[in-house]
Amino acid sequence: MSVDVLLPSPVPVRFVAEDGTAVPPPTGYRVPEGERLLEGFRRMVVGRRFDRQATALTKQGRLAVYPSSRGQEACQIAGVLALRDDDWLFPTYRDSVALVARGLDPVEVLTLLRGGWHCGYDPAATRVAPQCTPLATQTIHAVGMADALRRKGEDGVVMAFIGDGGTSEGDFHEALNYAAVLRAPVVFFVQNNKYAISVPLAKQSAAPALAYKGIGYGIRSEQVDGNDLVAVLAVLDAAVEHARTGGGPFLVEAHTYRMDPHTNADDASRYREKQEVERWEAADPLARLETYLRERGLLDADAVGAAHEAAEKFAARVREDMNADPEADPFELFEHVFAEATPQLREQRALLASELED
Amino acid sequence: MTTSSMAQALNAALRDALREDERVLVFGEDVGPLGGVFRITDGLTKEFGEERCFDTPLAEAGIVGLAVGLAMGGFRPVIEMQFDAFAYPAFEQIASHVAKLRNRTRGRLSLPMVIRIPYAGGIGGVEHHCDSSEAYYAHTPGLKVVTPATADDAYWLLRDAIADPDPVIFMEPKRLYWSKGETSVEDRRAAGFGRAAVLREGRDATLVAYGPTVPVALEAAEAAARDGRDLEVVDLRTIVPFDDATVVSSVRKTGRCVVIQEAQGFAGVGAEIAARVQERCFHSLAAPVLRVTGFDIPYPPPILEHSHLPDADRVLDAVDRLQFDDEPDLLYLAGEAS
Repeated sequence: MSVDVLLPSPVPVRFVAEDGTAVPPPTGYRVPEGERLLEGFRRMVVGRRFDRQATALTKQGRLAVYPSSRGQEACQIAGVLALRDDDWLFPTYRDSVALVARGLDPVEVLTLLRGGWHCGYDPAATRVAPQCTPLATQTIHAVGMADALRRKGEDGVVMAFIGDGGTSEGDFHEALNYAAVLRAPVVFFVQNNKYAISVPLAKQSAAPALAYKGIGYGIRSEQVDGNDLVAVLAVLDAAVEHARTGGGPFLVEAHTYRMDPHTNADDASRYREKQEVERWEAADPLARLETYLRERGLLDADAVGAAHEAAEKFAARVREDMNADPEADPFELFEHVFAEATPQLREQRALLASELED
Repeated sequence: MTTSSMAQALNAALRDALREDERVLVFGEDVGPLGGVFRITDGLTKEFGEERCFDTPLAEAGIVGLAVGLAMGGFRPVIEMQFDAFAYPAFEQIASHVAKLRNRTRGRLSLPMVIRIPYAGGIGGVEHHCDSSEAYYAHTPGLKVVTPATADDAYWLLRDAIADPDPVIFMEPKRLYWSKGETSVEDRRAAGFGRAAVLREGRDATLVAYGPTVPVALEAAEAAARDGRDLEVVDLRTIVPFDDATVVSSVRKTGRCVVIQEAQGFAGVGAEIAARVQERCFHSLAAPVLRVTGFDIPYPPPILEHSHLPDADRVLDAVDRLQFDDEPDLLYLAGEAS
């Protein structure tokens, strides 16, 4: 395969400028249909409201911790819109908005961060792997799942989410290499939000762009403006089609920005200037898409109002559902270690039972 | 009933599993046309094709992670780590994902996969090729840890491991690969997971061993018999699940116990066994439970490994210290004096 075919665009692919005006479309990508962009807008509105609600729930003690993805909504939503229901998603802990957008129950999504259990949803039924906290380890699982789909003759695609910090981990590189050697139908989607907790991108990598990390492995790669939903969706559509039609893996880097601290427990003022965050407000993905759609006559004030109303209803439901105390059965601790508890676990279960009786 | 080496028995188990279940996949480093550096996968690629038995890129975390994804997708991977110490790059995948996926997902996902690891020394291997790493896995909840000491157990425990609904760390004592024994592939006699085997009955003391030290224990028992001591030998077979019942019943009968492991002793599997025996057999014990282990040193160079490895003499010295004559243990008295 020629290197030219693999190389990403020298500048991030963009369809819509920060002020919402269309720029000359880059070659090689199709503009997504208006209805999909509208759906993207609606889900971004709900996603941002959900994200704000989740952060609020940490302050009320209803969530143990929440890693916000505010500012990354174009990536969160496009990643989901590019997939079919029978495709698989391997997310990280920062991708709750994407999971809600895929239709997962928000309480089940928040079960991990609420401290109720490690994963609240059914990965087999939803085709969403448990949100992964150890960095980059999920990328190689995604390759295995993609290879499994190929072996079963299914034309499903697997998308692995990862952040900029995660691309420094060895597992990411092993995953890229395995995916290329196996020609696995997997899309690696890097949301480069510029910070790994406090460490800025410049200290993470000296690569001209993270998208170039695919070249050495023989993987076709692209970089895209991660705050331009039209561009992210167009590029991910192409990446998914490439993987689905036997072209092998695809690496996409989206340039975006983490507007909030790492989590509610983090203090971002220790490592970045307020002015930097304010500059990124001008690149807000939601305002940009709204302007673009309005100028094209695809969206009006009524539709915007309806989207926000739906988001408020969604947030109210999340609030209400999360206000109930979660139920926890201490004996469940022993149930899922093995298919059948060992004699030692049965003894320990009996010990706990006697403690609970006291 | 045929006679075969442990290596041949393992190869037969993989072949039969591949034949019987199309979900079974074998992969790792050099396991394809070469047949593995120990030839355990000999002929499998030729018989079943590259789709079922294949070489991977040289990256152990990748091998394990790929197996996780394939198992999530409905397959039953049986993967090979080429040597004990070469499995360490995969430890995060094993501890954080292989061991925990069933638990994290409340039983909605399981990982029926086997990680085969040739382990321990005694073959003149250079550094990083002879580690006894079983304690790392046994200490990790969610993993079953199995180690055969006979060819028949090698066949059946590997078949059981592949059929098991949970991940199994299958530790192959590499110095026993070429030891031969009776195997009954047609007519099963071997016990399943979680069952230790009493390989030799005796009245005076119990030797508990697993994997590479089982022949050492048997040799010591033979020698002791010539001196009029009647030793019982228990082969654990599976470290997890652990067979408390068989070990306890043996020690309650003999009243004395020596635990033998090749691994360095500190915080090892033998320490766990000694503690369990002491907790459950206190009133039957006539002497402290002793451990015979390797020293707490990095695995030595080949020229010195015989000084490190527990042998029958070291076992017999321990048996002599089991207070048959009601004398204090001079070894520990000396330690206190210094």
